[in-house]
Amino acid sequence: MANLQENLQYLKQIANHPQQQLRKYCEEGKQVIGCFPIYTPEVIADAAGIVPLGMWGAQTEFSQAKKYLVPFACPIMQSCLEMALTGVYDGVKAVMIPTMCDTLRCVTQDFRKGVENIVCIPFTLTQNRKIPAAETYLVEEYTYVRETIEEVYGVKVTEENLLASIDTYNEHNAQMRRFAKLANDHLDIINPIVRHEVFKSAWFMTKAEHLAVMKEINDSLEVMAAYVFTGKKVILSGITAEPEGLLQVLVDQNLAVVGDDLAQEMRQYRTDIPAGSTALARLAKQWAARIDPMAHEDTIRRGELLEELLKANGARAVIVCLMKFCDPEEYEFVSYHKALKDRGYTVLSIDIDQQPANYDQARTRIETLAEIL
Amino acid sequence: MSENMSERVAKPKRPKAKSQLMAGEVLDRAYNDTIEAKARGEKIGWATSLFPQEIAETLGLHIVYPENHGAAVAAKKLADPFLSYAESHGCNNDLCSYAKIDIAYADILDCSPASNMAQPDFLLVANNGCNEITKWFELIGEKFQIPIFMVDMTYNHKGYVTESRVQYIKAQIEKVIKDLSAFTGKTWDQERFTEIMRISTVTRGLWEQVADYLALEPSPLSGFDLFNYMGPMVFTRGRKETGDVMRQLIAEIEEHIAQGTSTYPGTQEFRIFWEGIACWPYLSHNLRTLKKYGINVCATAYARAWSLDYTPGDMESLARAYSFTSSNNILLDESIRRRTEWNKKFRIDGTIYHVNRACKVMVCQQRELMRRVSEACDNLPYMSFDGDQADYRNFSEAQFETRVEAFAEMMRKHKEELQNG
Repeated sequence: MANLQENLQYLKQIANHPQQQLRKYCEEGKQVIGCFPIYTPEVIADAAGIVPLGMWGAQTEFSQAKKYLVPFACPIMQSCLEMALTGVYDGVKAVMIPTMCDTLRCVTQDFRKGVENIVCIPFTLTQNRKIPAAETYLVEEYTYVRETIEEVYGVKVTEENLLASIDTYNEHNAQMRRFAKLANDHLDIINPIVRHEVFKSAWFMTKAEHLAVMKEINDSLEVMAAYVFTGKKVILSGITAEPEGLLQVLVDQNLAVVGDDLAQEMRQYRTDIPAGSTALARLAKQWAARIDPMAHEDTIRRGELLEELLKANGARAVIVCLMKFCDPEEYEFVSYHKALKDRGYTVLSIDIDQQPANYDQARTRIETLAEIL
Repeated sequence: MSENMSERVAKPKRPKAKSQLMAGEVLDRAYNDTIEAKARGEKIGWATSLFPQEIAETLGLHIVYPENHGAAVAAKKLADPFLSYAESHGCNNDLCSYAKIDIAYADILDCSPASNMAQPDFLLVANNGCNEITKWFELIGEKFQIPIFMVDMTYNHKGYVTESRVQYIKAQIEKVIKDLSAFTGKTWDQERFTEIMRISTVTRGLWEQVADYLALEPSPLSGFDLFNYMGPMVFTRGRKETGDVMRQLIAEIEEHIAQGTSTYPGTQEFRIFWEGIACWPYLSHNLRTLKKYGINVCATAYARAWSLDYTPGDMESLARAYSFTSSNNILLDESIRRRTEWNKKFRIDGTIYHVNRACKVMVCQQRELMRRVSEACDNLPYMSFDGDQADYRNFSEAQFETRVEAFAEMMRKHKEELQNG
């Protein structure tokens, strides 16, 4: 068993070098599948022994992607397309892309036409999620994903293996939730950067591997005496909180992240895969139960969700990591920023991009936030 | 607004054709009926433009369409205060300009002298035009605390609407009918539903006939004319009076054919395909610039999105049609196939792509569409320009004019090359 610092260092290394992980898995003779944001049925790949790797882009200049996307398209999509077109993803045999937003719809088509060496598996999640017909439809959609994976990778995805993978994913969810809680008692060790690296690393390992490390980290944290944090506490919301330069500003200002509503982080772990008649039906039920701004709800509950997070973790401010050109996030912001401000909370919105940029402006605004709090 | 536009001396306008006046009357009536219904205490709705209108029409509900309303506000150059208001109330500059106008309008509820929409009691949402409209309408629903009746039309990543999609959409439509009837106190009449679908099918046929006249050389009408009739096609294609508008228009076109005239004001040298929504605040500028080079818009995919092909009375065919009609809800190969077919049918000389700042779903695969359509059609020339369906700030007259000039030259050369083998 590695000690806490060794484990955190290990995850840091993985979070910051996903391409090394891709190479490692390929060298080990493992097959790899790419998983675009935000939700893909990773379990199907995992059950066949294929390693699902998250595709969240990286800080990069856009060159080849400009042939397909306009400058005002989502930076994650530009970045992913750029890396696929320039060979960074070589070794990945296929990618799963959920058509969850307008840009993702189009990227499925750009990817199909532009990236010849990687198979694109688009699929469409439901929006009217609660009616029985939605589950029937989504099971069909997942069946097509499973059949395509079987064909592309030459594997057989059995029900037994799917159920075993579901158990692993649920157990991993539980450990990630446990970590989010324990981290708040150890804000001296789990600063905003470390917290982010722990979450991000989960995208570049098999869930079983990450689970094993997370158990050790959580066990280590649990037996340590709680640290009394005297700085200010904030909640993060948005798609991703990157790059680390931005999080360094929080560290410098002695601001702690005590909860998040980030697509790349806790949104993934809020909802377990529930019971159901078949493995794919269970995956469909999980999507129906998720709370996510990409999914339609009759009433927007993002404000309430954020307020609960604020209250439960003793924070008074939300830093919105607003991914540039992300329509769903921008629409929801209109509603929840006003609701939270009306209730006396502080809301600070920072633009997130994936092209190398300095965060001087963000630094000034975060410094001001720290002073206000 | 640019200096160039505001300083231009206004010429006396060509009198509007009878069909255009009729279209205006139909549209005005639709807005007024909704306001009057609201005053009577009836529940009225706002709908997305590709929500199955057959449902509301069958139930006798009065509906208005914020996308059309936004276009009208922009075309009348009234958008500025709404855009500013939205952006100072939390809307990112980056959001859809129709949405920003509507979100601001929902607070202000007055855009005179353009037609006003009464405050809604319910919303009808379909995401076949785009995904983001769902989030837009959720904001409206939250503001007024009113229910949203939604049909998820499921993006089609295959070349057809899968059976599982058809069943899912059908189930949703049936649920909307049940819930909407209960909410409004209206009664569903299956026979009336079939009749509305029949009327809509007749209107569709007439609309197709109008669009097909553009295949004639020279065309008896200017392609931009179609934009003048889109209001009724969206609002009231399930009503007989819209068919009357189309019949009148057809009679006028036939008259032009008989006289050897056209509504296109000039010599038609080039026949082009217009890709994307019109640039509403600059419609007359765009037309004027195209006319300078003898360019007529003879085909557009946008106007055809409301040309729904289904079997009256058959819910599954309706589900299939609404899911597969818009270029925004289908895979790229199908978009290329349709455009290749239209380019041939309408003997198109080139394509103008509107890189619409307001509409990501239209532009995020547009570059590949440009290349593939051109390749599929003997290296058909194309140009693109930066614009916006409703935000006048995102368009440059100078850029448009320069590009159109070069584009005309490209088309001329291409035609010569084809003629010379």
